Amino acid sequence: MTIQIEIDGIAVTTEEGGNLVDVAAESGVYIPTLCYLKAKPVLGTCRACSVKVNGQVVPACTVKVTDGMRVEVNEPETADMRKALVEILFSEGNHNCPSCEKSGRCTLQAVGYEVGMMVSRFPYQFPERVPDRASETIWLERDRCIFCQRCVEFIRDRETGKKIFSISGRGTTARIEIDPELANKMPPEQVREAVDICPVGTIIEKRVGYDDPIGRRLYDVESIRDRALERHAE
Amino acid sequence: MTTSYTKSIASHELPATRLDPELAAKRAEKIKVSMISLCGCWGCTLSFLDVDERLLALLDKITILRCSLTDVKRIPERCAIGFIEGGVANEKNIQTLKHFRENCDILISVGACAIWGGVPAMRNMVELKDCLSEAYVNSPTAVPGAEPVVPFDKEIPILTTKVYPCHEVVKMDYFIPGCPPSADAIFKVFDDLINGRPVDLPVSLNQFD
Repeated sequence: MTIQIEIDGIAVTTEEGGNLVDVAAESGVYIPTLCYLKAKPVLGTCRACSVKVNGQVVPACTVKVTDGMRVEVNEPETADMRKALVEILFSEGNHNCPSCEKSGRCTLQAVGYEVGMMVSRFPYQFPERVPDRASETIWLERDRCIFCQRCVEFIRDRETGKKIFSISGRGTTARIEIDPELANKMPPEQVREAVDICPVGTIIEKRVGYDDPIGRRLYDVESIRDRALERHAE
Repeated sequence: MTTSYTKSIASHELPATRLDPELAAKRAEKIKVSMISLCGCWGCTLSFLDVDERLLALLDKITILRCSLTDVKRIPERCAIGFIEGGVANEKNIQTLKHFRENCDILISVGACAIWGGVPAMRNMVELKDCLSEAYVNSPTAVPGAEPVVPFDKEIPILTTKVYPCHEVVKMDYFIPGCPPSADAIFKVFDDLINGRPVDLPVSLNQFD
């Protein structure tokens, strides 16, 4: 059914039940996302896509559009809230962009640019997070994990469907884990899928890296905003 | 343990030729800038030099008072802009940063080290004593037979237990991310400031690496 919603004061005609992130992108409004993947079940873990729907703050990726919905994306208070959420992620882990292999094709970094972050308003924590090198093909760099759970849900052993990645502990002691036995069974293309699905530089493929020079990396060539909007342009 | 008793002389304590009055008058009208690197690698200062020929037009409007490029080590008079590279890793850095805060109207955190600690902050994940031990006492690259000793001298500033971003020590007004920030990013912020525009670093010039 065709419905009408309002995004930042502009009327948008769309189909009922569409995901708000996609509907907004189709109408040219970029909503930053970290955990959301189109065509995959919604996780709603990162909250980076928070917008106001009928006056209430909700993560846009969890919203299916309905008729008459009033959405505020770039209203200053809401935009600053999203920026604060991204800043929290930068201060609670160790995000050393200058030394990171994922730099330039890192979703968190690209979203940091889009929300206008220069510095985190929160004190940098410098937590001690030991990397896991047990797998033959994957280097697990825990410093950068933002607990989006993309790898936990979507990268599974192809024979048994068992989870290869998991999260142990809770709160400040939570950490991403890898099952080295299952990880060693991953075919090369699944390793690359895991690397690509990770929105930060936590899942790193061993023995390769720094393939694209600065200036030719994914988001050097085209910003994450332009990529997100272009994907929906007719 | 070693102790040095040599009195160090700062460059501003040396006798200097008086400035030509005409030049001094011209300089007095310009916007005063001071620059420093705390715990950094001088890469951001070098990036400032990458502003290249635009520097000439910039120098018509600003004059740099304290700066390592000129080896002047004090702020002789109140400045409009302070350019801070590097984070805070020792007591001397704290003193210097406070001195800049007291003598500059605007302070800019330039680069990853000033903004969040950068490479020096990688020692924040280990205890300071373990860090010094790895570097000096149990150093894998130590000369065989050399006495393992942590350097100590009144001339060597005492390290802080952790490395801090500048804004956690004093108020910082603007931030230019990057390792180092591009010359374009540094120029944009300077250009906005000296022309009285609100500082606006566009997304295209914001780089964390």
